[in-house]
Amino acid sequence: MSSSFKDALKSGKFVITSEVAPPKGTNLEKMAHHVELLKDKVDAMNVTDHQSSVMRFPSLGGALLVKEMGGEPILQMTCRDRNRMALEADLLFASSRGINNVLCLTGDSIVLGDHKEAKSVFDVDSSQLLATIRLMEKGKDMGGNNLDGAVSFCAGAIVTPEANPIEPQLIKFEKKIEAGAEFIQTQAVYDLDNFKRFMEYARGFPAKILAGVILLTSAPMARFMNKNVAGVSVPQSLIDEMASAPKGGALAKGIEIAGRMIKQIWEEKMCDGVHIMAIGKEELVPEIIEMSGIFPALKTQD
Amino acid sequence: MIRSITQQKSEEEIDQLLSGLGRIFVIGCGTCVTLTHTGGRTEVNVMKEHLANKGKLITGDLVLPVACDNMTAEALNEHGQQIDQADALLIMTCAFGVQTIAKQLKKLVVPALDTLFIGKETALGQFDEVCAQCGTCILGETGGICPVTSCHKGLVNGPCGGTNDGKCEIDNAKDCAWTLIYNRLNELGRLDGMRKLQKPRNHQGEPSPGKFIL
Repeated sequence: MSSSFKDALKSGKFVITSEVAPPKGTNLEKMAHHVELLKDKVDAMNVTDHQSSVMRFPSLGGALLVKEMGGEPILQMTCRDRNRMALEADLLFASSRGINNVLCLTGDSIVLGDHKEAKSVFDVDSSQLLATIRLMEKGKDMGGNNLDGAVSFCAGAIVTPEANPIEPQLIKFEKKIEAGAEFIQTQAVYDLDNFKRFMEYARGFPAKILAGVILLTSAPMARFMNKNVAGVSVPQSLIDEMASAPKGGALAKGIEIAGRMIKQIWEEKMCDGVHIMAIGKEELVPEIIEMSGIFPALKTQD
Repeated sequence: MIRSITQQKSEEEIDQLLSGLGRIFVIGCGTCVTLTHTGGRTEVNVMKEHLANKGKLITGDLVLPVACDNMTAEALNEHGQQIDQADALLIMTCAFGVQTIAKQLKKLVVPALDTLFIGKETALGQFDEVCAQCGTCILGETGGICPVTSCHKGLVNGPCGGTNDGKCEIDNAKDCAWTLIYNRLNELGRLDGMRKLQKPRNHQGEPSPGKFIL
């Protein structure tokens, strides 16, 4: 397997990943535009899988597009919509087409999305999906049968460092690593002192950790996340900072904050990299990276 | 005691189900639906009045003691004529009752309720689903709290990322099963059970439909 993302993780350099979202429909132009903008600026880009349980173009097709355009895709796979047979089949397909990175997720609830009456699956969970990947790498499927041609993946998962209570999340985190997660992308972290404490714990495990950075677009958006997004906690000081932005300048302030956080994470070597989520505003990711000021330094690391 | 938990269908749906049916016999039940106030004597009376206002002729009514038991010969004899005269039976019991009655009376049955789950009363007026009859019990590993039933996603390896302050991502009124399990196992000094990576469940413990022959 050649996974430039895996190589990047192994190299010890500060890794940057981001996201692209497949469209609601067959018009791939916007996504392709984002891929074009990002492919040389990030080490890999996640292709989201019916994010927030909203039906879209499949992550597998999106990952293929990234690949075809010369980018490095991370295929997001949730356990919500496919049983073990469908997940295994998609892993075979992904592997056959050179999609070599997978992020294993449980998946949001169906009832939070736009097909509220659909049947949810959850035949396996995220840690079992990771274990399945490792099993399939040994040439076996979950039915105990031999595969004619095995798979090979750089597999990862997520963790929510700000979850309350945190202990059950940490047990799950450890199980994901035991099951085979090589890298972990975190839910958004805003309080970097809290994140440092999490990293003191997480460093003890053999997985690369990429800190989640979600672009704040306005003070109300930050308050909305605090109220509605599990495990995301934007400190009041950042909300105040967003609110202090001049009229029409909130987005620029958000980019500044995201860039500043990335810079701090990088300079203080808090973890192995960052995962930038600019939900719906992916075209701003290059600017965020630019703002962090680390890009020239990273380039010389290559 | 386990209970069949029901809720009344919308007025529109009941009206639509009874469209074209003029003569109705209403059946309630003295057990679970009486407890949940969805098909006891009071609700049967309200329904009769509602139907009469809509121009239906009520041929009679009956609140069976236990609708999921076969009807007694006495009940059948006493109400046989009124049942015969009806175009349909509007049944205000859970689906167990509806099916038991349908089998015996050979009349068109119309359910007035939706059966939500089999649960128990966990506090006054509060009913919770605690067992989904999956056929592959794992309560021994989860401190006696069932994640297959009590976790919205049926996860067996710990919580998802949607859990928040011990509540489920779909509804703040619903507890996160894995917070409960964590707390229980922690109290018991058995957190090692939660650390064990559980294999994918056998979802065909009893391939549907269930059948058990002694």
